[in-house]
Amino acid sequence: MDLALAPETLARWQFGITTVYHFLFVPLTISLAAFTAGMETAWVRTGKEKYFHATKFWGKLFLINIAMGVVTGIVQEFQFGMNWSDYSRFVGDVFGAPLAMEALIAFFFESTFIGLWIFGWDRLPKRIHCACIWIVAFGTVLSSYFILAANSWMQHPVGYTIDKATGKARLTDIGAVLTQNTTLVQVFHTLTAAFLTGAAFVIGIASFHLWRAKRAQLRGERTGPEQRRRIGVMRSSLRAGLVIAVIAGMGTAISGDELGKVMFEQQPMKMAAAEALWDTEAPAPFSVFAVGDVSEGRNDVELEIPGVLSFLAHNNFSDAVPGINDIAAREAKLYGGQPEDYIPSIFMTFWGFRLMIGFGMTSFVAGLVGLWTTRRKFWVAPEFRTGGYEVPRLMLTSRRELNPFLTGWAWRLGILTMGFPLVANSFGWIFTEMGRQPWAVYGLMTTRDAVSPGVSTTEVLISMGVFTLLYGVLAVVEVRLMAKYAKAGPDVDERPPSSDPRLRLPSTGPGGTGGRGKDPHAGPDGQAADADAADAAEDTDKPLTFAY
Amino acid sequence: MHLHDVWFLLIAVLWTGYFFLEGFDFGIGVLTRLLARDRTERRVLINTIGPVWDANEVWLLTAGGATFAAFPDWYATLFSGFYLPLLVILVCLILRGVAFEYRHKRSEERWQRNWEQAIFWCSLIPAFLWGVAFANMVRGVPIGPDKNYAGDLLDLLNPYALLGGALTLVLFTFHGAVFAALKTVGDIRVRARRQAAVLGLATVVLAVPFLGWTQADSGNARFLGACAAAVLALLGALLMNARGREGWAFALSGVTVAALVAGLFLALFPDVMPSSLDPRWSLTAQDAASSPYTLKIMTWVAALMTPLVLAYQAWTYWVFRKRIGTQHIPVGH
Ligand code: HDD
Ligand code: HEM
Ligand code: HEM
Repeated sequence: MDLALAPETLARWQFGITTVYHFLFVPLTISLAAFTAGMETAWVRTGKEKYFHATKFWGKLFLINIAMGVVTGIVQEFQFGMNWSDYSRFVGDVFGAPLAMEALIAFFFESTFIGLWIFGWDRLPKRIHCACIWIVAFGTVLSSYFILAANSWMQHPVGYTIDKATGKARLTDIGAVLTQNTTLVQVFHTLTAAFLTGAAFVIGIASFHLWRAKRAQLRGERTGPEQRRRIGVMRSSLRAGLVIAVIAGMGTAISGDELGKVMFEQQPMKMAAAEALWDTEAPAPFSVFAVGDVSEGRNDVELEIPGVLSFLAHNNFSDAVPGINDIAAREAKLYGGQPEDYIPSIFMTFWGFRLMIGFGMTSFVAGLVGLWTTRRKFWVAPEFRTGGYEVPRLMLTSRRELNPFLTGWAWRLGILTMGFPLVANSFGWIFTEMGRQPWAVYGLMTTRDAVSPGVSTTEVLISMGVFTLLYGVLAVVEVRLMAKYAKAGPDVDERPPSSDPRLRLPSTGPGGTGGRGKDPHAGPDGQAADADAADAAEDTDKPLTFAY
Repeated sequence: MHLHDVWFLLIAVLWTGYFFLEGFDFGIGVLTRLLARDRTERRVLINTIGPVWDANEVWLLTAGGATFAAFPDWYATLFSGFYLPLLVILVCLILRGVAFEYRHKRSEERWQRNWEQAIFWCSLIPAFLWGVAFANMVRGVPIGPDKNYAGDLLDLLNPYALLGGALTLVLFTFHGAVFAALKTVGDIRVRARRQAAVLGLATVVLAVPFLGWTQADSGNARFLGACAAAVLALLGALLMNARGREGWAFALSGVTVAALVAGLFLALFPDVMPSSLDPRWSLTAQDAASSPYTLKIMTWVAALMTPLVLAYQAWTYWVFRKRIGTQHIPVGH
């Protein structure tokens, strides 16, 4: 339909590349922030050093990840104006509001408190320090909420009118935009998917370390105290990850089903395309596999389960589900033009939908299996229990060890599926956004009308080239760094900050030993200490615990 | 006062906040070359802004988001019109942010050197380009009847705008040097004060022709008032710096930045993007604004959130009030 280098096509590619890239970091940011916060809370509450080391370890990976999330997000904020200026003019009145709220409410929270968290280990009392990471985690959720409200409005515009004089959308009801069911369900689905993503990541890295420990053990190497501590950290992380995977996986499926129902109602074309359902059918089958031919409106090869699609759409096995051809004809009558103009890429939507579910749900299943095989009493053979830190050796029963070949594979499976939900997320979004085509704002503005008229093809090409190159290089840098720190494992020699920094007397230095066994509630939560004493304490030339 | 005037003011405040805060961040970035003599000193400088640079940058995101919400046409014309300079700024902000976080994550010499280069260049270039962009915005650019930018890249690189860029670059570096003097101890603090004196004088040399030119082209009485405030504050900052009153010097260099940005917005008002082709095609605050309903909601959000944001950002600066010297930099990395 359009030329390969039409500005619209280029702008779409540009937006697709940069947004998919941004969203590679977002789900991990959301989930790792909360995971780190959970670990730090465990440390503050129990005083166990292994939780401190877990906090530091996952926190480090979280920081490597969020750095990329932040800088790629900046691009997003300005892209609408750069590449989609007509879109921005048309929707700014409605779409700008959640975006501005996101910056004012969420981004300030995240960015300020993350600074406090990174540099505040020896400046803030433990509990306030822990509160900082919770605020960051809360900020990431707020961030998602506002941006998804904006996105949901593009999927299903509500709470607006079209101004007669200017032809632009005008906001009439912000409540409707912020609380419509598309927004709420989308937020639920995206957040649960984010936690599934984080869980798989944690499981993968923990599996790697435990597998390595197991191999060392099989080689007959002695497990030193450091190694045992590292194993303790990874064991706790693994279990937490498995539990989260199962809960988040269920949540993702439930919310995804709900989202599907919402979409059947609001964007029947997207769902028909997701199923490659060309003609209206009652009852409608769910197709597991099909190869569509757009020009003929037929599926050449297909494998179907009868009635399931009706169930997905309507909760019963018999009602009719409208097909692509019928919807296209209806939309063409409503908005003008040819029916084919209203058909999105069937290939991308159909496979995007399946890959989303397939990749994501694999991690859910992995979580279930993992939780089963690592039930406490099967976890280790008793003779390996040493000083509270247990050495992992997946056991089939309390007596019999699982076939070593199989246990090896269990760990490998964890490592292999580590990135699956990430892939699922990308495909989910590609499905969502491409299934909406040709609309940028469903029913109101087509993508073709949304581009910047004043921006030349050369300019878009330059920016696309620059971003692709830059993002490619940064991806390599990031992944290598992540791998380096993930492989190194927690630094178990590090001692937690000994006590409330405000109580540290001048010239007493760091002193004190680990937090283990210490009363976590030590120190009054009163006013800031006497300013003189604080300044005197700060006069010491002790190096910072953390510095860039 | 109409709501769109209130929002013009608020946008001006957001940009002012951004340049006040990220101004010294950029300055510190430039000083990692000018002032720091070795890696440890560079790290001292970087760590003075370590906990705060990200939050400072969010002022930019908020200015962008708020412009989108309150003046969609302004947002659309500005960012699609200044496409390539903005692209360069974005690339710099990306590299700079990653550089802060990743520089110390490996100990190889080459790795650290490259990221240090990135910090320097990616602070210097945006500090310059923001000046170019704002000077152009105030002077007027070719905007057609369809509200779209009708010029090309060369239109943006005119002598006036380049002068504006040079001014912001030097001013921010001065602001950064004063900040460095306030936040460090030892030898580097003494040298920071000395460099601040030189940079302050250079700022005066650039500010006078730039402000005069602006007044001649697009000035008005309000602008003159802001100019006077900026120049007085700048001289005051120099004086305080010479006397070693670092807190005052920093407050006054901040006032200089704020007065300059405020002046540019005052020169702009009631337009938001004057057209150099035909005044009828200029975007005005009134025409570019969102509906009163949207503005009202945004006003509520801003009224509720801004004090909170200011409070916790101020608290952050208080938590990290301690001066840093080379002795505080942990060894390794
Ligand atoms: C780990 C990732 C993951 C997993 C396992 C699933 N999803 Fe999903 N899905 C997403 C990640 C995702 C996503 C990337 O987060 C999307 C993109 C837009 C959105 O709100 O979430 C999405 C969108 C999305 C949409 C389109 C929403 C729209 O157009 O606004 C539907 C209908 C579903 N999902 C349905 C499901 C169903 C029925 C699932 C099965 C169990 C499922 N998803 C699993
Ligand atoms: C939640 C906030 C989001 C908003 C406001 C948003 C907005 C947009 C806009 C304006 C376009 C261009 C117009 C169009 O092609 O329809 C677009 C396209 C696109 N977006 Fe999103 N998007 C969001 C999230 C995402 C995410 C998280 C991803 C991927 C991970 C994504 C992937 C894409 C892709 C692949 C396209 C190109 C689709 C095509 O042109 O066929 N989007 N989106
Ligand atoms: C296309 C629309 C999007 C825009 C305009 C956008 C904007 C931004 C910006 C400007 C940042 C950097 C904030 C900072 O400096 O602290 C950012 C980071 C982030 N974004 Fe996005 N984003 C988009 C899509 C999404 C989506 C779909 C989600 C989640 C569902 C999301 C969630 C986040 C999170 C969690 C972060 C990292 C935390 C942080 O802000 O520091 N974003 N985004």
